[in-house]
Amino acid sequence: MGDSILKTVGLTKSFDGKNPVLKDIDFSINKGEVVVIIGPSGCGKSTFLRCLSLLENIDSGEILLAGKPIGLDKKDIHKYREKIGMVFQSYDLFPHKTVLQNIILAPVIVQKRKKEEVNREAEKLLERVGLLEKKNVYPRQLSGGQKQRAAIVRSLIMNPEVLLLDEITAALDPEMVREVLQVVLELAKEGMTMIIVTHEMNFAKAVADRVIFLDNGEIAEEETPQEFFECPKTERAKKFLNTFDYETSKI
Amino acid sequence: MQDLGIQVLFEGINFERLLKGLWISLKLGLISMLFSVILGLLLGCVMAGKNRIIKFLCRVYLEIVRIMPQLVLLFLVYFGAAKHFGADISGETAAVIVFTFWGTAEMGDLVRSALISIPKHQYESGYSLGLSKLQLYVNIIMPQTFQRLLPSAVNLLTRMIKTTSLVVLIGVVEVVKVGKQIIDASRYDNPKAALWIYGTIFLLYFAVCYPISKLSSALERRLKV
Repeated sequence: MGDSILKTVGLTKSFDGKNPVLKDIDFSINKGEVVVIIGPSGCGKSTFLRCLSLLENIDSGEILLAGKPIGLDKKDIHKYREKIGMVFQSYDLFPHKTVLQNIILAPVIVQKRKKEEVNREAEKLLERVGLLEKKNVYPRQLSGGQKQRAAIVRSLIMNPEVLLLDEITAALDPEMVREVLQVVLELAKEGMTMIIVTHEMNFAKAVADRVIFLDNGEIAEEETPQEFFECPKTERAKKFLNTFDYETSKI
Repeated sequence: MQDLGIQVLFEGINFERLLKGLWISLKLGLISMLFSVILGLLLGCVMAGKNRIIKFLCRVYLEIVRIMPQLVLLFLVYFGAAKHFGADISGETAAVIVFTFWGTAEMGDLVRSALISIPKHQYESGYSLGLSKLQLYVNIIMPQTFQRLLPSAVNLLTRMIKTTSLVVLIGVVEVVKVGKQIIDASRYDNPKAALWIYGTIFLLYFAVCYPISKLSSALERRLKV
């Protein structure tokens, strides 16, 4: 592996102390790389992202950012989270704040940046995702797709080293999926390091540098998207991909 | 001119006395509410916590308050305490104790339900932006809790003010008691006084509680998330 920015070594996680949902995961992502994680529901994809953002405690193993293991100190944890952006399936904007306030909150109070400067950057980012005219409205006045784009901006403005996207289109109506994925594709083009959990296979094909197939808490396959989608090696992956292949199935 | 009974309101300082009585009612309600809000906020935070024993005790307290009529509580504190512990407390003090005891339980439960109604994801998206626990509570959790709390807290205030009329029965001279005194005093020369006096008291309560309740529903609409 070249220039690993985020890495896990032997990461194991269980919710009950007995049955691990993630087993001994060795994972690494380089700067500028886009890794897409796919797999059947319950395979541990989301849990893996939640472990990476330290929203879950891990049972054993290590997480390393730029080669350094994360400290257990509260300050270290906050510092780490600042550098790892996370966008959730249910957007989770803060409902009592306007779009702009949502976005500038963390840069101002966590990174102690100047409000005017952050405001300017927020407006620039909002313009890029086509939401500038919505900057002063409350989240409840936005559509799902707009909320999700705002949520992406909220993570982006922190200048994260790695952006984690956890099924960000799963709660959206089909016609809004595209507008959100378009934003992600552009980010990928600009070299943003991202780990993406998604069920949108065409999107995965288009955006990924590497695909990880997670099954039953283990990395079952790790390939380039071309190889993975053309000729998956494991039976499990074949079976999984078939569920998306409507043409060849006998409906 | 035929005697309509309305002049009883304007005889001497009758109306002024009614207003003073109303002030006593309001004062008892507001002081009790103030204590209830402070203690209820603490209680609610404790109730939303994880300690099982404390949660159970809070539950018991809440049930006792809900089951017991406030009047019984008033008698218990005013007469019971005086007799058994030799405590010489005024009716007003007894009233504030009882209404605070009641209001704290109600307020605590409101705070608790407002706190636990904040979705888990609000905490998570705050944390994943790098916020510390303090920053998270100050900027995200508390403002939303207050938004959810405000309408029901204002509602509690109107209930509190109305319920203070019970203190008549432990000898506190508030607006209803003043009205009764006026009616008794003019029993012979104005037998129709009851209608006018109680009617006026009704309107006085209305004048106080209606704006508060309007405010409550306006807040509810404005803060709808």
